[in-house]
Amino acid sequence: MQEFMQQMINGLSLGAIYALIALGYTMVYGIIMLINFAHGDIMMVGAYVGFFSIAVLGSNIIAALLFAMLSCAALGVIIEKIAYKPLRNSTRIAALITAIGVSLLLEYVTIFFLTPDQRVFPESAFPLHNYEIAGLVISNKDIFIFVLAILLMLILQYIIKKTRTGKAMRAVSQDPEAAILMGISVDKIISVTFAIGSALAAAAGVMIGLYYNTINPLMGIIPGLKAFVAAVLGGIGIIPGAMVGGFLMGILETMVSGYGSSLYRDAVAFGVLILILLIKPTGLFGKNTGEKV
Amino acid sequence: MRKASIKPLQFIFEAAVLACLFTLVQYAINSNIINQYYQINLASICINIILAVSLNLINGFTGQLSLGHAGFMAVGAYAAAVMTTSLNQPFVFGIMAACLAAALAGLIIGVPTLRLKGDYLAIATLGFGEIIRVVLQNIDYIGGPAGIQGIPVYTNWPWLFGSSVLTIVVIVNIINSSYGRAIISVREDEVASELMGINTTRYKVLAFVIGALLAGLAGALYAHYFYIIKPDNFNFLKSFDILVMVVLGGLGSTTGAVIAAIFITVLTAVLQSFPAIRMILYALILVIVMIYRPQGLMGNKEWGRKTWGRIWGGKNGPSANK
Repeated sequence: MQEFMQQMINGLSLGAIYALIALGYTMVYGIIMLINFAHGDIMMVGAYVGFFSIAVLGSNIIAALLFAMLSCAALGVIIEKIAYKPLRNSTRIAALITAIGVSLLLEYVTIFFLTPDQRVFPESAFPLHNYEIAGLVISNKDIFIFVLAILLMLILQYIIKKTRTGKAMRAVSQDPEAAILMGISVDKIISVTFAIGSALAAAAGVMIGLYYNTINPLMGIIPGLKAFVAAVLGGIGIIPGAMVGGFLMGILETMVSGYGSSLYRDAVAFGVLILILLIKPTGLFGKNTGEKV
Repeated sequence: MRKASIKPLQFIFEAAVLACLFTLVQYAINSNIINQYYQINLASICINIILAVSLNLINGFTGQLSLGHAGFMAVGAYAAAVMTTSLNQPFVFGIMAACLAAALAGLIIGVPTLRLKGDYLAIATLGFGEIIRVVLQNIDYIGGPAGIQGIPVYTNWPWLFGSSVLTIVVIVNIINSSYGRAIISVREDEVASELMGINTTRYKVLAFVIGALLAGLAGALYAHYFYIIKPDNFNFLKSFDILVMVVLGGLGSTTGAVIAAIFITVLTAVLQSFPAIRMILYALILVIVMIYRPQGLMGNKEWGRKTWGRIWGGKNGPSANK
């Protein structure tokens, strides 16, 4: 039982990270029906920005986080404008292939300029403390990641539910054409969605740097795919679904590596994906909609 | 869509051209005009042609985006390598085992996943490709992460050439048959083709299984040329490599897939010492082709017919332009 609770705690902070990445997938999918393959790599860029602002500029973790979020928000908007916008009316396969291209581009431009080597996230940015509560080890990193992720999710909920922009985002995701007729600038809303999603991914990137201690240019692929699975698990396009899916994925993954073989960790994520897609393709929170002709 | 009619004279001409090409290259290899380095690239070109043309059947003609092609290649490579190394069987049995195993894998994966559409299918096939790799990594009998070493080098120019030509002929003939028309109709409009009485799932699975089978063939050739295979050779970046060829050549153009496979292989060889630049180029190719020329290099009807019409007669015409 104790070990189970310990795995649960480890899973919660990892799940919080997955949830943050999954939110970006789900928001973008909700609005333009595109799986933004490059999302995991935006997270990687965020991790690098965080790394350099701590290691080179000597900023503290909060400043690094904000800096990473801002620069990735800009990056997300630029990617949308250059690569995805021209394809808005073409087939979904074309958009998906472009997204794969953007993903490869981000990875290998990073490799080209920063070498493929691993970098160790500076320890000084966040000195590790372990607390023991009832025999369970909880580190301050876990608490930091968890609290910060929840805070960001609350802010996101506020933006989406209470602000005018959020209302416009919901309108566009329901019916883009009707939204245009109501005077909503769809282009602007898509940009805002990319900015918010990418900022959340950047925050997740810095957290992954803290969590695993190392970063490398290909670090975005696997967490990105897992977060995508989380988004599908919760029901793609549904924001609370992405949060729940993220936590479930994180806990499942730590359970599998804790009790089973850590080699199968990555396969499990895909196994889950295929199971959901076959049993309930709309995800846990999704509603069934008939096929439109 | 007109039916391909094979005139005897045209057939003899085509066979003669192929025989000449084969003999010339064989002579060049024997007399070392094509040295070891070029031979390796020649093998890569042939293997990539098989991979690109077979993936094109799934992605281009059937319109089902599959990102797990490297997985089927891995199944084929391992099946063939186990046959020839552990079981000491001749190469032919290895190739047969590779094709069967890959086709079976294609069937097992295709039946459930092909119910999915578009992006979901892409992710599911990507997932299955990775699962295949992880499973291979965890089986000790086939070497785990280190893979199989010391596979006998059986793959030679006749095998490579024969397999590539066979692949192209099979795909072109499928596309020009009633099966091909059904497959293309699934891509063009799934609902409409279902209403016309086409069992869309059946044709999707059929295309998927044939594509997987040929990928298995490519895997077997690969294993017996490079004599060492490990699971990491077949990760999803390999699938993306093949995808780049198909996209560049034009989704749904066999000629395009062949040209792009040759071009990309040569590009890879030239940029061997700059792997990052190579991948940046791939990425740019994907993005730029999709934005400015989503139909790919050979998507253009006129160009496809004029250049290739004379050599292939009516044979490749319809396939290059759906």
